Amino acid sequence: MNYLIAPSPHQKASLTVPGMMLLVIFALLPAAIAGFIFFGLRALGLILVCVATAVATEYLINKIMKKEATIFDWSAVVTGLLLALSVSPSLPYYAAILGSIFAIAIGKQLFGGLGYNIFNPALIGRAFLAAAFPVHITSYVAPFFWRGVEAVSSATPLASMKFQQQLTPYGKLLVGNIAGCVGETSALLLLLGGLFLLWKKVIGWRIPVSYLGTAALFGGVFWLIDPAKYPDPIFHLLAGGLMLGAWFMATDLVTTPLTKKGMLVFGVGAGILVVVIRLFSGLPEGVMYSILIMNALVPLINRYTRPRILGRAK
Amino acid sequence: MKTFSQGIHPKYSKGKTRGKAIQELPAPQRVVIPLHQHTGAACEPLVKVGDQVFEGQKIGETSKFISAPVHASISGLVKKIEPMPHPCGTDVMSVVIEAAPVANSGLPAKSYDSLAELSPDKIRKIVREAGIVGLGGAAFPTHVKLTPPEGKKIDTILVNGCECEPYITADHRLMLEKTEEIIFGARAAAMATGAQRIIIGIENNKKDAIERMKSVVRKQRDFQSAVIVLKTKYPQGGEKMLVKAVLNREVPSQGLPLDVGVVVINVGTAAAIMEAITRGSPLTKRVVTVTGPGIKEPKNLLVRVGTTFKDVIDQCGGLTETANKVIMGGPMMGISQYSQDVPVVKATSCILVLTKKQMIEEKVYPCIKCSRCVDHCPVFLLPSRLAAFSEKAKYGQFEDWGGADCIECGCCAYVCPAKIQIVQWIKLAKLKLRQMR
Repeated sequence: MNYLIAPSPHQKASLTVPGMMLLVIFALLPAAIAGFIFFGLRALGLILVCVATAVATEYLINKIMKKEATIFDWSAVVTGLLLALSVSPSLPYYAAILGSIFAIAIGKQLFGGLGYNIFNPALIGRAFLAAAFPVHITSYVAPFFWRGVEAVSSATPLASMKFQQQLTPYGKLLVGNIAGCVGETSALLLLLGGLFLLWKKVIGWRIPVSYLGTAALFGGVFWLIDPAKYPDPIFHLLAGGLMLGAWFMATDLVTTPLTKKGMLVFGVGAGILVVVIRLFSGLPEGVMYSILIMNALVPLINRYTRPRILGRAK
Repeated sequence: MKTFSQGIHPKYSKGKTRGKAIQELPAPQRVVIPLHQHTGAACEPLVKVGDQVFEGQKIGETSKFISAPVHASISGLVKKIEPMPHPCGTDVMSVVIEAAPVANSGLPAKSYDSLAELSPDKIRKIVREAGIVGLGGAAFPTHVKLTPPEGKKIDTILVNGCECEPYITADHRLMLEKTEEIIFGARAAAMATGAQRIIIGIENNKKDAIERMKSVVRKQRDFQSAVIVLKTKYPQGGEKMLVKAVLNREVPSQGLPLDVGVVVINVGTAAAIMEAITRGSPLTKRVVTVTGPGIKEPKNLLVRVGTTFKDVIDQCGGLTETANKVIMGGPMMGISQYSQDVPVVKATSCILVLTKKQMIEEKVYPCIKCSRCVDHCPVFLLPSRLAAFSEKAKYGQFEDWGGADCIECGCCAYVCPAKIQIVQWIKLAKLKLRQMR
């Protein structure tokens, strides 16, 4: 009789890479559905186009590189979905297609595919769109619910705050019936999705809590200095892409630190950056750049936040 | 409740054998006794092919300090002395004995009723002559542990009753059935090392053993002694984890528990010390848990060293139809076997047989840096990085990032969603580094 020879351990936890990706997709569904409800078929169309393009690009590159197809690890779907959720519902389809290709080809596969990329691929795709289509990426429409026909352009809460010192009521920010990216408007549903991932232990608490906490605290300092000019901490938390970024992008496993201390450093750094960009740059929103900049620092953060090995001097 | 940081909570699966008393397996017709069953130097044979040997006769010995002699576990004739398959995966020089009536049963070994008449040196000598090694799995020669080097003061004997590997219940049964013997052995170890106190650490999934041990410890007068209840968590039975949890002392990197004044002995080892002192019997039998879904009737058996796995498994109703993996040890650190012809050795705490149902999904993905391995590593390494260094043969960086401190518990590979054999990569790099020196 032939026995199976395998190295220990012979018993393992059941979670797998595709399993984790599917959980992330599942956690993003409420926000995606909300996007469809607020912004109609266009939102749904963008989601489908981005996901399909991301998966097709991944598949094609696998073929060209003569590598095993990696589309069944579901990571390309996550990238496509995240990109769709973080663009304006009025973005033309051809731009969405280009952004998705860029995200997968340059943001991920150029580095060696899943696990090897330095930057969050979806944010790389979005950064490309911000550079290539600066007008489209900053034009937003008012939510018209799925029944509406005509899209009316509208400023996002962050832009109205920044350029007109107008605050949007918290209730609207929580529910998400405001102008904004496809899946970033409903703070409540994103929080729900994030808590789900936390409960399923796909992500840890350190990055979202330190990121959101720092943004609120640091933003709060400026609000205390000049409440008329700067928004309050709650506004910082609920408006723009911070919820989407903190729960789904800053927690991207591949591009964030390995160590517990490092995760806190990452979150604090991103939190400071997002406030600085929001308040003192020409842009109303800074989530994307705050995460991309911190992504670049991850190897350094890992090196300097290594835990003390048991039995070694401090 | 005391514990250590990080670690994992695997499914324990101890229910099938937990309640089953230890049964002695009848002596087999043939035993294969490897001359190397321990950490340290291998033994040289003391017998020749054709010799008559009696049960308990010393058949292998060496002059090296870090080693332990081996003894015949049945009486009979030496049939061959040649390399034979060993459960650790290599062929090891072994003495094969076939049962036969022998005229000479040897002189009865000297035995002692109480510890009072023994000096520390005498205890160490008895332990060494009896071939006692750590029975928890590492098989480190016990007399070496009981010989603290000059200048190292030992204050505590820590008796390891954690048995944190899933499935195994051998130590649990010993604690229930040989409680006094374990305490006697621990007292002998305390006398040999000059330790003032004895602490027994038991995981809280063995409530009956805790109660039983407490009731015996209460009657014990000559040493300060206590039972410490520990949280059930793998690898609580690892020496470094146990010392940290019970005494809040950290065994230094590359060091031993004796560097922080502690000697850790397994409950089985303690019982073996008692057997050697009070009955003069060398270590020729040990308790083996035979279990897993691939075994028809799981049992805890007292087995003679050298009995083949097949003989043991046959006594447990044999394998089920679906059995496909035979493991020596537990599922976390055990070694899978090519055949049932390997012998039970001193380190065999368990024969675990798994079926296709327990097969792990083997598709390996790239590391997604999820940090699960980092979050669960009980010595606070970055296992995924170490595995990557090993894979790329960057052994210098492997050392810089603390690879040598890995205790090889396998928590990293257990939790890895990418199913990377992290611990095996680390073991490989450690081996390469040893070979380079």
